[in-house]
Amino acid sequence: MSTFDEAPVSWQEPQKDAPPARRNWSELIIETLIRLAGISAVVIITLIFLFLLKEGAPAFMQVPITNLLSTRWYPIEDMFGLIPLLVGSLLVTIGAVAIAVPLGLTTAVYLGEFAPPWQREILKPVIEVLAAIPSIVLGFLGWVALAPLIQGAGAPTGLTAFTGAIILAYMSLPTIISITEDALYAVPREYRDGALALGATQWQTIWRVTLPAARSGIVIAVMLGVGRAIGETMAVMLVTGNAANIPQFGLGAFFQPVRTMTATIAAEMGEVAQGSVHYSVLFAIGIVLFLITFLVNSLATRFIGGSARRRGGQI
Amino acid sequence: MTAKLSIQNLSFTYADGAQALRQINMDIQANELFVLFGPSRAGKTTLLRLLNRLADLLEGTERTGEVLINGRDIYAPNVDVTQLRRRVGMVFAVPTPLPGSIYSNLAYSLQMAGIRDHHTIAERVERSLRQAALWDEVKDRLQDSAFALSGGQKQRMCLARSLALEPEIILLDNPTSGLDPISTAMVEDSLFQLKQQYTIIMVPHSVQQASRVADRAAFLLNGELVEVGSQQQLFMHPHDKRTEDYVTGRFG
Repeated sequence: MSTFDEAPVSWQEPQKDAPPARRNWSELIIETLIRLAGISAVVIITLIFLFLLKEGAPAFMQVPITNLLSTRWYPIEDMFGLIPLLVGSLLVTIGAVAIAVPLGLTTAVYLGEFAPPWQREILKPVIEVLAAIPSIVLGFLGWVALAPLIQGAGAPTGLTAFTGAIILAYMSLPTIISITEDALYAVPREYRDGALALGATQWQTIWRVTLPAARSGIVIAVMLGVGRAIGETMAVMLVTGNAANIPQFGLGAFFQPVRTMTATIAAEMGEVAQGSVHYSVLFAIGIVLFLITFLVNSLATRFIGGSARRRGGQI
Repeated sequence: MTAKLSIQNLSFTYADGAQALRQINMDIQANELFVLFGPSRAGKTTLLRLLNRLADLLEGTERTGEVLINGRDIYAPNVDVTQLRRRVGMVFAVPTPLPGSIYSNLAYSLQMAGIRDHHTIAERVERSLRQAALWDEVKDRLQDSAFALSGGQKQRMCLARSLALEPEIILLDNPTSGLDPISTAMVEDSLFQLKQQYTIIMVPHSVQQASRVADRAAFLLNGELVEVGSQQQLFMHPHDKRTEDYVTGRFG
C-alpha cells in the first residue's frame, strides 16, 4: 500500500491501539520522571530547612536572647553570644570579597579583552585547575607559608582574619575569573564594533559598553565566589586562629585571630550531647548562616532584575 | 580638485590567507552618495571597514596600499584612530544599540569625544534624531531603553548616533537589511537629505536599491573592482560584461 492510500485514514476517527497512543505513553513516563525529579529537589530543600528549624528553634526558647546577643562565646559556662562568631565571619568574608572581586574582575578583563591569544590559551586552563585545588590544601598553604609572613609583618600572630581572607579570596578567584570571562565573551561583537566605530577608545568601550552589558553575568560570578567564601569551613578554621572574641575596631581588626560561624559548627559538633542546649545553639548558628546567604542571594537577584529594568535609564 | 576620499592600490588579506581585496583604486567626491555593490564575498564590507580602520582589530591580517581622506593617508603612523572614527561614522547591517536609553545611546559618543555641556549634547541629540527622521517617533520617550525600538527605528537611531558626532563621511553597511519597505524608504529618504552635508558610502541591500539611491557606484566581484561609474552609466550602459550580467540579474 502506498503512503498516499494510507494518508486519509489518519484524518478520520483515530483508531484504537494506533502507534500515536504508544508514543503518548513514553511521553507521559518521561514527563512524570522529570516532574518527580523537579519536585524532589524542592521537597528535599524544604525538608533540610525544616530540620534546621526543628533542631535550632529550641535554642531561641531556652537561651535568653540577651545571652545570644552577648559578646562572649563560652558554651561550657552556658554563654552563647553569637556576636563574636558573626563578626568573625563578616571580617573574613568582607576581606575576601575586597581582595577577590577587584583582582578577579581585572584579571578577567585582561584575559578577555587585552591578552593575546597565546597568553589566554595558557592562562585559562591554569586558572581552571586552580579551582580544582582542595580547600584544605590552600588552608595548609596559608598555615605554612602565609601565616609566618603576616606574623613577620608585625601582627601578634600569623593566624588572623586577614590570613583567612587571603586564602578565601584565592579560593574564590578562579570562579570569579572564569565566569566573568565567559560573561564578557558572550557580549556580542557588534556592541564593541558599534562603540569603537563611534570613536570610543578600547578602555571606554570596555568600561561603558562591555562591562555593563555583561553585568548580570558578573554579578553571578561574584555571588558564586562570595558563596564559596561564606560557606568555606576547614581552610578558614586552619588559618584564622579560632579565637571567639571580638577584635578591637579599626583596621587592626583584620590582624587579630577570629573564629567564624562555620568553623564553630565544625569544631564543636562532634563534642556536644545531642539535644543539649549547646547542640541546638549550633543549629541556630546554621539558621543564621542560612538567613545571611538567603539575604545575599535575594539582594543579588534584586540587583540583576533592577538593573534590567533600569537599563532604560542610563548605561 | 582632490577627492574627498581616495583609495589607492588597496589590497587586504585575512589571517586565514583569503585575499578579500585586490588592488582597489577609486576616488569618491564630497557630498556624493557612493554605492559599493556586488555579490556576497565581493569584499564590500571589508572595504568599508578599512575606511574607518575597524579592520585593524583583526589579528594576522595584511594590508597594502593607501586610503587618503582630504589627501591625507589614514594609515600613516601619526593618525589618531579614535579621532579618525569620529570623522568617519559607520552604521552596521545589524542595528547595534548599546545598553541604555535612546538618549544615552546618542549622548554616549559625544561624551566620549569630550563634550560635557548638557545643553550642547541635548541640542545635538535632537538635531541628529531629526536628520535621521526619528525625532517625531521618539521625542516623548528618549529615556526608554533603546532595545524597545523596532528594527527600523533602531537602525535610524544608529544612523542618528553617528550623525551626532558630525562626521565628514558616513559608511553604511547594508543599513536596510531586515527592514520592511516603509522603513527602508524612510532611511533612503533621510540619505538624500544627508548627502547635502555629508559624503556617504553605502553597501546596498540589493541591485535595485543601488540603482535607486546611487549618485555613482562601484561594482566589486571577488575582491576586484570591476567598474566605477555614474548611476546612469553603470545601471543603464555598463561597459563590462560582468557588470551587465549582474545588474540585469543573470547571476548573483
